[in-house]
Amino acid sequence: MSTAPNKPAATGKQAQQGFVYLPLIAGWLVPGAGHFLLGKWVRGTLLAAAIIAMFIMGLAMQGKLYTSAQDILSLLGMAGDLGNGLLYIVSRSMGWGAQPTQTTVADYGKVFIVVAGLLNIIAAVDAHNLRTGRKS
Amino acid sequence: MFQPTHFTAVLLFALCASTVFGITMRDTPRRMVRYGAYCFVLFIGSTIVLSWVMFLIAR
Repeated sequence: MSTAPNKPAATGKQAQQGFVYLPLIAGWLVPGAGHFLLGKWVRGTLLAAAIIAMFIMGLAMQGKLYTSAQDILSLLGMAGDLGNGLLYIVSRSMGWGAQPTQTTVADYGKVFIVVAGLLNIIAAVDAHNLRTGRKS
Repeated sequence: MFQPTHFTAVLLFALCASTVFGITMRDTPRRMVRYGAYCFVLFIGSTIVLSWVMFLIAR
């Protein structure tokens, strides 16, 4: 006796077509881009503004970008920084955030950059959930 | 170089983080605003309370 194949969790026309991970990847590379691809302009703009502002403020506070994973703390910091996608790659290539942390404000800046990356990952996953239909 | 005070840094951090939390954790715009405001108040409130606790411990 044959049974009908399981239906995917996602429903609706939008979830049925195209590369399902595109908003996730686009959202990771450029903050808010995943939401823009799905036509969520206001959400995307607010997310992009919050994440990019946080990243820029971190750099302006002379926060350090993690460049190598020599110990577990550096590894975690670099994982957070990598969440910024192209912002991290461009900043590394321009030599920004290369100075060592010497002031308290620079330490805040380092945290701002890491948290901006983590927030960007949350935003990218949110775009993926919108794409698959888990969230409306 | 941008040199905010500790409290200004907390305000900016809370504003950005609350914006992302509000948008990503709730479904409708009304609930997003409410949850974002709730997170913002918790960030700032917990900072003020913990600051007073540390001040009193240090005395």
